[in-house]
Amino acid sequence: MTVLPVLPVVVPLATAIAGLLLLSRPRWQAPVAFAGATGLLASAVGLLARTWREGIQVVEVGGWPAPFGIVLVSDMLSAVMVTVAAAVGLAATVYSFRVVDAGRIGAGYYALIHVLLLGVCGAFLSGDIFNLYVWFEVMLMASFVLLVIGGERPQFEAGLKYVALNLLGSVAFLSGVGLLYGAAGTLNMADLAVRVGQADGDARYFTVAAMLFLVAFGLKAAVFPLYFWLPASYHTAPAPVAALFAGLLTKVGVYSLLRVFTLIFTQDAGYTQELLLWISAATMVSGVLGAAAHQDMKRILSFHIISQIGYMTMGLALATPLALGGALFYMVHNIVAKTNLFFIAGVVRRLRGSYELKDLGGLGRAHPWLAAAFFVSAFSLAGVPPLSGFFAKFIMVRAAIETREYGAAAVMLGVGLLTLFSMVKIWTEVFLKPSPGGAVSEGAVGAAAWVPVVAFALLAIGMGVGAEWWWRPMELAGQQLFDRTGYLEAVLGGGSR
Amino acid sequence: MNSSILRTMARLLASLLLLASLYLLWRGHNAPGGGFSGGIMAAAAFVLMAVAFEPMAGWRATRISPLVLIPLGLGVALGSGLIGIVTGGEFLAGRWVTVDVGEGVKVGTPLLFDIGVYLVVIGVALAVIIPLMGEEE
Repeated sequence: MTVLPVLPVVVPLATAIAGLLLLSRPRWQAPVAFAGATGLLASAVGLLARTWREGIQVVEVGGWPAPFGIVLVSDMLSAVMVTVAAAVGLAATVYSFRVVDAGRIGAGYYALIHVLLLGVCGAFLSGDIFNLYVWFEVMLMASFVLLVIGGERPQFEAGLKYVALNLLGSVAFLSGVGLLYGAAGTLNMADLAVRVGQADGDARYFTVAAMLFLVAFGLKAAVFPLYFWLPASYHTAPAPVAALFAGLLTKVGVYSLLRVFTLIFTQDAGYTQELLLWISAATMVSGVLGAAAHQDMKRILSFHIISQIGYMTMGLALATPLALGGALFYMVHNIVAKTNLFFIAGVVRRLRGSYELKDLGGLGRAHPWLAAAFFVSAFSLAGVPPLSGFFAKFIMVRAAIETREYGAAAVMLGVGLLTLFSMVKIWTEVFLKPSPGGAVSEGAVGAAAWVPVVAFALLAIGMGVGAEWWWRPMELAGQQLFDRTGYLEAVLGGGSR
Repeated sequence: MNSSILRTMARLLASLLLLASLYLLWRGHNAPGGGFSGGIMAAAAFVLMAVAFEPMAGWRATRISPLVLIPLGLGVALGSGLIGIVTGGEFLAGRWVTVDVGEGVKVGTPLLFDIGVYLVVIGVALAVIIPLMGEEE
């Protein structure tokens, strides 16, 4: 019996239930959410430690053995992602303390955050492809409500775009699941991997299913050419919600791509990797160019989410242990840096009431600590040594050179340069240049908002300075993804109890 | 809607629907039915009353907001899963007790889970439908 892999699902669900039961007591909402998020982080760290020491953890839910029942599987990729998601959840909860208005809290804001975390953690842990779909829907529901509560008109418009596009992705996902089940007769991912591997005559049929999954997860991850919904919807959300979405939601898409294309769809690897290579390059370039064209801080950051996703899928396209581990390293670094940039944008907005670069200025002198936190996160994103982004990019470029994909390496370096340009643009406009309106009255920012900003900036430094230490779990994850036999044995060989 | 035929029939039908929904819930573990279809049918009973009289007509007697059913149902479902862990099995593992009525009836955690689903479905359906009907007038 193992309880640990179940906890990251049980804890947010219990927290959400408690939050909803206490809905008429707004005072209790934040403490309950904080306790739940702390509990989630603790259980996630416990799971990570166990997975690191004892190998892949499997739980057969309800005691039904795989491949018949649903399994929750925690390999290094899952465990690392769950831990990072829990950390982001905790940070967003703390950040929300003074930022979120009473109306949203009364509508169940904190409970919804935990429903979102439930969906995200469930998706990371699921070892069953249909169960993964269910977690996607849980996530979609919670994120849609989080987008629209507060009820301003642009929010509804953005929410509608978001939900319409994501439902389209769900249709592709469900069709893919249907095709797979029709041909292989199973939904367990490990069992699917075995059956798809055996079916040599039907390889093309499975490639069709694989492309449906590519579209479905590509939409979630916002890769080229399926990213247009993201900048259109993220910019209206309140800062902690935008940070949570920016940090986690697209990464669930990337995680799912990593999972299915390393575990299940390895039958036509040449074709899918070539395709992913081009998609990744196009995503990186179009995202960074989109960012260059905008003058609104939150929109610029939204376009950078897209461009950074390209680096992660590039790891999948290169498909060596180094590249796969690098993709995970990149993902973790990006979640830390990106979430913090959205936190900081929210603080700027509270101080000066705007996201527009032309309205902002002088924040470097007025708030040197905020400027320092932005500097660290932004230049980490751009890949300046010794911050986390430098090592993330270094690993990816090295993986590209090792596989002789010099074009991909060049694109990654070029996009890094353009990212730097974009970050310098925000830096000079918001922090360096004098404030355009002369003296300004500043809004209040509670101390609670500063804690996650400083913590994540320190994390970005820590991941860069201690990159070797951080790389070890990612390296193991890369090896586990590259050689799937460990995963198959853990799930189908009766589980590791 | 103001129709005496509908109002007379609604009372009768709504109670029948509620009974049928409980029957669906009960048989759901081994036969077609279960928490979801039972819950939908129960919600239909309240919606029928709402159409015939006024939005809260069928529901008011319960004295709670339909919204409360959502965390309540989720809690029951989660509890049924935790029983599996507490008794030394996996999460959601089935546990049964035999209730001695004549031949003996086996009641287990899957039924508890279904009751949770039943409550959530009623809560969500009514929380969505009743406010929409109120807006019409």
